[in-house]
Amino acid sequence: MDLWFPKKPKTKLKAADKRELPGDVWEKCPSCGDILYREKLRENWNVCPTCGYHLRLPAADYVRLLLDEGTEEEYDVEMRSVDPLGFVDLKPYPERLEAAQRNAGSGDALIAASGALDTIQIQTAIMNFAFIGGSMGSVVGEKIARAGLRSLERSEPLVIVSASGGARMMEGIFSLMQMAKTSAVLAQLDQASIPYISVLTDPTTGGVTASYAMLGDINLAEPGALIGFAGPRVIEQTIKQELPEGFQTSEFLLEHGMLDAIVDRRELKSRISALLRHILGMPGSNGRTQAAPPPDSPE
Amino acid sequence: MATVAHLDFEKAITEVEQQIERLQDLARERGLDVTAELRSLERKLHSLKRDVYENLAPIERVMVARHPNRPYTLDYLKLIFSDFIELHGDRLYRDDGSIVGGWARLEGESVMLIGHQKGRDMKENLSRNFGMAHPEGYRKALRLMRMAEKFGRPIITMIDTMGAYPGIGAEERGQAEAIARNLRGMATLRTPMIAVVIGEGGSGGALAIGVTDRLLMLENSVYSVISPEGCAAILWKSGAERDKAATALKLTATDLQQLGVADMVIPEPAGGAHSDWERTASALRDALIRYLDDLRALPVDELVRQRLQKYLQIGEWRGTP
Repeated sequence: MDLWFPKKPKTKLKAADKRELPGDVWEKCPSCGDILYREKLRENWNVCPTCGYHLRLPAADYVRLLLDEGTEEEYDVEMRSVDPLGFVDLKPYPERLEAAQRNAGSGDALIAASGALDTIQIQTAIMNFAFIGGSMGSVVGEKIARAGLRSLERSEPLVIVSASGGARMMEGIFSLMQMAKTSAVLAQLDQASIPYISVLTDPTTGGVTASYAMLGDINLAEPGALIGFAGPRVIEQTIKQELPEGFQTSEFLLEHGMLDAIVDRRELKSRISALLRHILGMPGSNGRTQAAPPPDSPE
Repeated sequence: MATVAHLDFEKAITEVEQQIERLQDLARERGLDVTAELRSLERKLHSLKRDVYENLAPIERVMVARHPNRPYTLDYLKLIFSDFIELHGDRLYRDDGSIVGGWARLEGESVMLIGHQKGRDMKENLSRNFGMAHPEGYRKALRLMRMAEKFGRPIITMIDTMGAYPGIGAEERGQAEAIARNLRGMATLRTPMIAVVIGEGGSGGALAIGVTDRLLMLENSVYSVISPEGCAAILWKSGAERDKAATALKLTATDLQQLGVADMVIPEPAGGAHSDWERTASALRDALIRYLDDLRALPVDELVRQRLQKYLQIGEWRGTP
């Protein structure tokens, strides 16, 4: 399973657009090249106000995006990966973990939380791609399993937001078995008719796609995300030909029947709310479903 | 067995085998009595095989697991089972020859047997796709497993694949979805299930028929989240470091038993399964019968509960109980 793909812009920038910008204040849209005030971009959930291109959004921001303010409670915050195999490649695995913990803004590649989504109490788990390519090891698997079991126990819907290069190979067979573990828990939810909504963001590949990310009662994806089982490089090397334009994008998966819908990140909360209200037999919300901020979202 | 293929570390073994052949030819031609010499050479061969095979490096086990003369699912089928009736197709798209399945009898009892199937030659590999399944292979497997559940028969799967096929059609038809659906489906099937890794256990494509009550591994089989070559290419930035990757990944049968993932390592004859199909098959048959008897003794609710617990327990972490 391939790890960490750079997010590819849809179009190439012209030389004139490649001016250097002070990175802390301004950011250039990788798709349309527009120069964006970083603060504004963040308020727009990292969606380019000009062209709608979805830049990656940190996991903690998804918590803010999905859960009503002040309702969130995080779980297993202190859970950390260990090195069950004593794995050393060019660097020992514990060093990679320490570096990721310093730089990625979370203890491992997943945040598990509960809270209200538009007043509906849910369990959620959000992957952090910045942590070793969002790879799934024992911690990610265990946190997902616990989130699922909390859903089951409390009869609360489960929402998982995926972003992952696949299994964490430094945990060897344990990482592979997390696919079985998470899927086994989702089987319990399935049998108990507890709704599970899977949100696939850029990129979702490998063992995460081939387990919980594809098992939603409803599978949603953000526009333009890379989604697949095998990484594009692996496929190219295997079949020895170039891949077609748009292969393994959200749009490609929708066309091939693997997704229920592609949803703009700024409408994700209201869409999930509306879906859960249908599923749970609740009345529709009266205009309360608009996601918090964005004050100047271009509609 | 067809043509004999030899691995590098088997050279010494091959040399003694050739000596024995030459001696036998000589004895035939000249009518000499070479019994004593032959016996001594055969003893030497046996201890050489044992030495070599007991001390294989992990990457060498990978080579044995991929040995072209190693028995495949359909070979074990002939050696262990009777009354096989192959069932084809996923009812959605096509029949995938890289996974075979159907009803078979083990000691007279009906079971659903499903396994990856590699081709023995280039022509067969075209239809078997080297044992690398497309989504329809996994969907066929789940269809047959549900049939077994419906009629209260146990399921035996044989794992032997480099991995799920990475190709355009496979992605278009939902390779990830097919694997995921199998993992979820197998977790709650209300019938006893045993998986045996007979050769290569390649990642998600192996696990897709491997979520079972018991996991057995032949001594020289391997099971890994990624191939040593793939792992080396990503983490060492060089496929040439595959021997280091094979060691680091802890992918041998003994490793997996020590990590608590495999329930049993089935011993292979000295010289590996490819040197003696019958003895390998006989050891596998005994293990299958024993484990199936154990599982049949459990009430089905308890069986499914224990299966869930088994997978919930896999993993290690710190910081939170």
